[in-house]
Amino acid sequence: MSTLIPSKFSRRSFLRTSSLASGGMLIGFNFFTACKDTAKMPIDISKLNYNDFNAFIKIADNGLVTIFSPNPEIGQGVKTSMPMIIAEELDVAWKNVHVAQGILDTVNYVRQVAGGSQSIRFGWDALRQTGATARQMLVNAAAAKWGVDASECSAKQGVITNAKGETLGYGDVVKEAAVLEVPENIPLKDPSTYTLIGTDVGNVDIDKIIVGEPLFGLDYKVDGMVYASVLRPPAFGQSLISYDDAEARATPGVIDVIKIGAKAKALMAKEKVNWSVRLHDSEKVVVIAENTWAAMQGKKAIKATWSDDSELESTDFQDKKLLSLLNGNKFKTLRKDGNVKKAFAQADKVLERTYESPFLPHNCMEPMNFFANVTDQKIHLVGPVQTPAAAAETVSELLGRNIADIRLEMTRMGGGFGRRLYGDFVYESAEISDVIRKPVKMVSTREDDMTTGVYRPAIKYRIAASIKNGEITGYHLKEAAVNSNMYGLIPNFFPAGTLENYQVDVANYKSEITTGAWRAPYTNFLAFAEQNFLDELAEELDIDPIQMRLDMLQKVKGTTDARIQYSAERMEDVINLVVEKSGYRTPKEGVFQGFCAYYCHNTHIAEVADVVMENNQPVVKKVTVAVDCGIVVNPLGALNQIEGGVVDGVGHSMYGDFGFKNGMPVSNNYDSYRLIRNKEAPAVETHFVENTLSPTGLGEPTLPPAGAAVSIALKKATGNRIYKQPFVSNMATKPILG
Amino acid sequence: MVAPNQLRPADTPLLWALRDHLDMVGTKFGCGIGQCGACTVHIDGNASRSCQMKVSQLDGKEITTIEGLSEDGSHPVQQAWKEVDVPQCGYCQAGQIMTASAFLDKNPNPSGQEIKNAMHGNICRCSAYSRIQKAVAIAAENKLT
Repeated sequence: MSTLIPSKFSRRSFLRTSSLASGGMLIGFNFFTACKDTAKMPIDISKLNYNDFNAFIKIADNGLVTIFSPNPEIGQGVKTSMPMIIAEELDVAWKNVHVAQGILDTVNYVRQVAGGSQSIRFGWDALRQTGATARQMLVNAAAAKWGVDASECSAKQGVITNAKGETLGYGDVVKEAAVLEVPENIPLKDPSTYTLIGTDVGNVDIDKIIVGEPLFGLDYKVDGMVYASVLRPPAFGQSLISYDDAEARATPGVIDVIKIGAKAKALMAKEKVNWSVRLHDSEKVVVIAENTWAAMQGKKAIKATWSDDSELESTDFQDKKLLSLLNGNKFKTLRKDGNVKKAFAQADKVLERTYESPFLPHNCMEPMNFFANVTDQKIHLVGPVQTPAAAAETVSELLGRNIADIRLEMTRMGGGFGRRLYGDFVYESAEISDVIRKPVKMVSTREDDMTTGVYRPAIKYRIAASIKNGEITGYHLKEAAVNSNMYGLIPNFFPAGTLENYQVDVANYKSEITTGAWRAPYTNFLAFAEQNFLDELAEELDIDPIQMRLDMLQKVKGTTDARIQYSAERMEDVINLVVEKSGYRTPKEGVFQGFCAYYCHNTHIAEVADVVMENNQPVVKKVTVAVDCGIVVNPLGALNQIEGGVVDGVGHSMYGDFGFKNGMPVSNNYDSYRLIRNKEAPAVETHFVENTLSPTGLGEPTLPPAGAAVSIALKKATGNRIYKQPFVSNMATKPILG
Repeated sequence: MVAPNQLRPADTPLLWALRDHLDMVGTKFGCGIGQCGACTVHIDGNASRSCQMKVSQLDGKEITTIEGLSEDGSHPVQQAWKEVDVPQCGYCQAGQIMTASAFLDKNPNPSGQEIKNAMHGNICRCSAYSRIQKAVAIAAENKLT
């Protein structure tokens, strides 16, 4: 269990150093790739070329360490946890580490994305190697100073000690270390000797957050900046015909009313752009004002007419369309083992169930916004976006400008959940500034944000299993979704590999409604469908649902199928842990428990939800979670992610509903769209499987099993099995939580 | 409702007066209809939604924002937020802290259920609710002792 994945960074070229003119040592490196041969380190930090290096460490001559964390912070804690990994191997006291998020003005920035719970997983090797190599260079410099062999020296907590017990601080040798050759193949620490990784470290921005310092895109301001509010088509499938802006122009504080979108339309015709430009399908009216409120009020005064260009979809239309896809035969097969058809034909019984989910908006608390200042010389973009490189590239194409003229700065983000992967708000603000040639900040209202979003697509699953002589002989999952289907690895998650006859088929229809990634894409609803189906299957077979999973896992052990993504052993570990910790085998009177075991986003998780009846209402009291995410870098941050993911999963399964009428979302703000609130949140109790495997992410994987576990507990409590999200829409008794 | 072109500067909501006119951006815009609590400030000691208060309604009122809750982040609620490490994205936290501090001024020794009820109006999209509850309880304890 304690084997570490060998490092891919054996070449010395992954790191370069320089001696800073201002004093101190600058170490430049790249996440996930080696440096270019031509890459050179400057002696002035402001001259660092981010095309060559996407991350750096500065060690000052007073021993203070600055770690530049390149991954954007949307609340997953990577701005804290990734520098912790460097600091561990560098062996420096955390109190002497300052974490900075720098300017990222490059298209060559690799994996400069917060999404898919991948940051920690991809950064793990590079960060450790970098920290260890820098430490060795400092040790080598000290050894040279003392005239002793480096092997006689050791470094701990920022201090190097030699055999005689003499000491030098890191700051004392930075000048010398900076000019040394970069050593190769530095051994990494044994995880059992970690002193920082595995300890609770608070959020590095906490002191700023609690006093309300400007950190977010919405807080950004420069002299002479104006504000913009954008009127987009009210329904998906419409485009602008004409508008009357007389009243808008008469609104106090309004400076101008302009139209944008022509450039995006032209770009779309070329068909090579980032698809999220699609949100620019129509021209839009933009109110420019002296302040945000005036811009928003001015927008309300615009009288626009819109043409209906295509089907203005309603929920009924979508439901029918998805069901007809499930009933049809236009599927793409993503995985096929054995012969499902034959198994079904020979079965004693076939169990078939259909599961349905609505669209969901992201509802980041900070509405979409972005700053742009387009001049003849430069384009300056600032704000919250998860994909800065793609955004800069698209702006360059949109405005026909050289990518080298674009400088994009990321701010802290008031939530992401997938929404800020799409840069539509960046392109809009850039186009606005290109027209008005002023620094401008585009700010969406909550209504804009909710009704012109990039939603989780509505999806329906139909799952069928064949039973012969009391055994499951076949499993057939069909997915019908709006716009796109589950991708890549998902068909190879559990229960793939456990059954001889197994098939996953998908189909979709294209809608004008924009859809995209939403926290734990596809699995956020697939887990509910599959886990409920397995639970019902166990009921049908009259076997214990947990034993059924454990038996199925036996069959995948030692598999030679390289496509299988999960580990049967790790899945068993989380199942056994959650069973033990939740008291599942020793049920308490009046507590109804729902079990779920799931693998997604590289992490194995099992959850048990506790539901009790109070005044004839089912109440979700607690969710017990067992997680195997490898080494837990920062338990304090990890627990926050897990609790958040579970409660988010419960909340959206329970309440999340987002219907359409004539192309328009039915909900547009929090009075008509229900998010889980404080007293509805169940308690979350987390237990980690302890091991020394490489860490995997936690931003997403705890969410999918939560709704599944709760729905199975609700079934036990009420007798009603749930086939549809949100749960409140199809239950006789409406559950309240907490 | 007043037509947009009839609006006066005095109709500006306190939220936007703070953010755009006074450059005090700690108070956050979340929904604009008083439903999420991100814009919570104290008006005469009461937790209030600044997006729902016009500047013209505030003559003679004492307003405290997150920037003024303490000189240096030392208010017991701010310190409890740090101790518990509440925030994930952090965007809603100023509003949460303002709601919690006004609540504790009126109810210095609340039960767990009273804390949940008091904080129910503030949405945390990252769902850090259990830490919010814990931090309010710790702040109450630290205030008492």
